[in-house]
Amino acid sequence: MNAAPAISPFVIFLASIFTSNMILSNFLGTCSFIAVSSEFKTASGLGKSVTMIMVLTNMINWLVYKFLILPLHLENLALIIFIIVIAALVQIVEMAMDRFLPDLYIKLGIFLPLITVNCAILGATLFMVIRNYDFWQSTLFGLGSGLGWWLAISALAAIREKMARTKLPKGLEGPAITFVITGLMALAFIGFSGIFTIQ
Amino acid sequence: MKESVRAVIRRNLWTDNQVVRQVLGICSSLAVTNVMANSLVMGVGLTFTTALSSLTLSALRNYIPRRIRMIVQTLVIAVYVILVDIAIKAYAPDISKALGPYVGLIITNCIIMGRAEAYAQKNPPFLSMLDGLFAGLGYTAVLMILSTIREVMGFGTFFGLDVNVLNAPTWTIMVMPPAAFFLIAVMIWILSAHLQKKSAKPAAPPPAPAPAAPAAAGGKA
Repeated sequence: MNAAPAISPFVIFLASIFTSNMILSNFLGTCSFIAVSSEFKTASGLGKSVTMIMVLTNMINWLVYKFLILPLHLENLALIIFIIVIAALVQIVEMAMDRFLPDLYIKLGIFLPLITVNCAILGATLFMVIRNYDFWQSTLFGLGSGLGWWLAISALAAIREKMARTKLPKGLEGPAITFVITGLMALAFIGFSGIFTIQ
Repeated sequence: MKESVRAVIRRNLWTDNQVVRQVLGICSSLAVTNVMANSLVMGVGLTFTTALSSLTLSALRNYIPRRIRMIVQTLVIAVYVILVDIAIKAYAPDISKALGPYVGLIITNCIIMGRAEAYAQKNPPFLSMLDGLFAGLGYTAVLMILSTIREVMGFGTFFGLDVNVLNAPTWTIMVMPPAAFFLIAVMIWILSAHLQKKSAKPAAPPPAPAPAAPAAAGGKA
């Protein structure tokens, strides 16, 4: 394993929220972003769950990669191992929440199964491996990416709620206008570029 | 109900195109389409994975317990994605580098899961394979259209060849994320307006049976 890049974890944290936002510049997690953004409360709940799972998977997958995959030369199986870790973790978090935090479980529980197949989670892991982050860099990268995703989906859902009764040309309703809004948001986020660079 | 081969092809390439009609598999179709060669490799990789995972899962459909089917599906898909990943690394190392994590992310591509859940579970292996194959080809077609527009306007090149004969200034915005969102929005808009107009006409033939639409919800994550 090469040395980790010499970037402060805090810079990675800010950069992954603003300049390399998961959705708006890496397009990860777009499917649920479009499908679950018609209502602010739901969208925000999904964003919170994604953030939580993303931090945990990045931490665990970093340890797994460093202490299991690299020593045993299992690089070819890395994808399978990562996806199993994510699926297992989601299941465990779901059960633990149900047992210890029932209130939170009622609010967020329905989103958890959706998260296993959210590409942003696996994407964060793969980015962390490709960029050789160390443990704290990976953790804060996961946290920042999750918060960035949450910010983007909440903003989109808030805009869509306001637009719900707007009359639109035929065919533009639904996904098409959602993509236009997302494009405008991405355009706005380009304004942040240049402040931090991590890729 | 058995669908004819023709209906499967028409549905996947046109009326229920996975990307522009079902809005699935968007992540990779936007991320890799600023360069045409990358899009083609990605499209072929996804087509291969979808066809073979649909075939495998359909052949195994009576043996997989319902409760654990999601994880079985994911593992079968992951096996094929690893094959694709190794093949791309071996034969096109530059493209593999440019695609970065997006090849691995085929595992969580909603199209494959969607086809497995909505189609391969209820249909015989051969039809499922065709369904997966043409779902993948529909995805590839959309990718090629998007990447042609983006590469020609953004870099002035076509598959890396310089086609900018007028020496017109290139539009950098085309290779940046916002343009991808705008272009896919326009494609969805045009196609759905067209199909709505067609289905409004009384003389038009009834639209192809679309069992996939509601059932795809399982893979929409």
